[in-house]
Amino acid sequence: MRAITDSATMLRRQIRHMWRYPTLILTYSGVPVVLLLLFVYVLGGIMGTGIGGDRAVYAAYITPGIMIMTVASAAQGTAISVAVDMTEGIVARFKTMDIARVSVLTGHVLGALVQNFIAIAAVTLTALLIGFRPAASALDWLGVVGVLAMFTFAITWLSAALGMVTKNVATASNLPMPLMLLPFLGSGVVPPESMPGPLRWFAEHQPFTPVIETLRALLAGQPAGSSFAAAALWSAAIALGGYLWARRLYNR
Amino acid sequence: MRPFVSVTGLRKSYGAHRVLDGIDLTIAQGTVFSLLGPNGAGKTTTVQILSTLIKANAGEIRVAGHDLAKEPDKVRAAIGVTGQFSAVDSFLTGEENLRLMADLLHLGRAKGRTRARELLERFDLTDAARKPAATYSGGMRRRLDLAMTVVGTPRLIFLDEPTTGLDPRSRRTMWQIVRDLVRQDGVTIFLTTQYLEEADELADRIALLSQGRLVAEGSPGELKRMVPGGHVVVRFADPDGYRRAASHLRVTSRDEESLTVQIPGTGVSTLRELLERLDGQAIDVAELSVHTPDLDDVFLALTEESSR
Repeated sequence: MRAITDSATMLRRQIRHMWRYPTLILTYSGVPVVLLLLFVYVLGGIMGTGIGGDRAVYAAYITPGIMIMTVASAAQGTAISVAVDMTEGIVARFKTMDIARVSVLTGHVLGALVQNFIAIAAVTLTALLIGFRPAASALDWLGVVGVLAMFTFAITWLSAALGMVTKNVATASNLPMPLMLLPFLGSGVVPPESMPGPLRWFAEHQPFTPVIETLRALLAGQPAGSSFAAAALWSAAIALGGYLWARRLYNR
Repeated sequence: MRPFVSVTGLRKSYGAHRVLDGIDLTIAQGTVFSLLGPNGAGKTTTVQILSTLIKANAGEIRVAGHDLAKEPDKVRAAIGVTGQFSAVDSFLTGEENLRLMADLLHLGRAKGRTRARELLERFDLTDAARKPAATYSGGMRRRLDLAMTVVGTPRLIFLDEPTTGLDPRSRRTMWQIVRDLVRQDGVTIFLTTQYLEEADELADRIALLSQGRLVAEGSPGELKRMVPGGHVVVRFADPDGYRRAASHLRVTSRDEESLTVQIPGTGVSTLRELLERLDGQAIDVAELSVHTPDLDDVFLALTEESSR
């Protein structure tokens, strides 16, 4: 009970930070929107032909990829804000108070969820504005939100841990960078079938691919099949691992 | 009075480096205890251990009737910490910082708001209540920091070098706030400082920490009596008086140019004897002053001794 109220208090603190300094949220929403526009209008013609369609078909293909790139780039923001927090005296104060200990971290994670959903909403809205016409039913949309929440939650716990690995804010901000590459080395931008052997194997087996595939299927109004189970398993594993790691680093 | 804090055999090492080497201390409720020592003596480590931030390697610690190792949460509920590095959220306003504390202490909305307003008033921050803490001056930040500590009405407050880096006026304001906390709210204070003047002003008892050991403990007065150096300085009206006195009195040093001599001891009997002799010899005295040793003398004498 106390863990919930204290986490809610810490979430309010994060939202106040966002509200007062909206630059971060604008950056983390603006960059994926620009990427979406670049992919659709600059590369979309050729890419569309490549996957046997046109620019509109590619817009539908790239949108779930950009959604996940949004999550990956926001992970950097989470790592930075956790790292900055740890260098401030306020965390020492929280640690000497009789409060739910983990609430400092859950506040960060929940705040990052809010931030991610704002950024993903901006991406989705832009996609709809430039002609993306998803065939998803209301239930499918619910599924999209659920899968995004699940995956964001997992990546955010991981990035909270990455934010505490070093005492150096600059290093902490670089650690989640590889996450940005994973949508490219998966099915985010092009189908893995078009990639050379070992890379294709990696693309088909890394955690981002089933998440992107599930989103793509749901948005197209099709059953997600086995990719949903894989996405759920990966998310649960990353969330648990990230949480345990973050908690250990915090209590260190 | 039963002790509010008791520590026996506290030890802490980082690898081969021994930071605290067997500390024993007790603090009575409603008093100010000051831990005094040079940089690197282990003051902050002691505060970090007693405030549950880090774990000791050995030692028994009881705070507010609870065993610190077994019931850290009970201890946390009784204490407040204002550290050397300001523990405020710079992005939030002063009022929001206080409300954050009130929320974490589950005071409830209405009570939290009243408490925040009350403390802003008491710590002279009402005008800056709606400005982000990042814009505060050093003194204001330190006051907000302490106000945040006080929100939960802790019974023991740790003040780790609370006035380091503050200007003299802000320092005096902090001192007054600390005195009020003890007198009005009955709070027990654990103060660390490297300013002897601060310990002398505030503390009921002072312990001198040097290289991880307590080298002396007592009231400010007791500590001052621990070192020699108390003396009487007599300045004479004319060279004749000076010469006669110098041959009749037990002087430790003399200065012919300024016609002054130093006589050891500051006790009443020493003074009476001195005055009787001067009177008996009919020596004219221009000025007579008594010098008691200050904490600086104690500090330098005792910390030098232990670093040898």
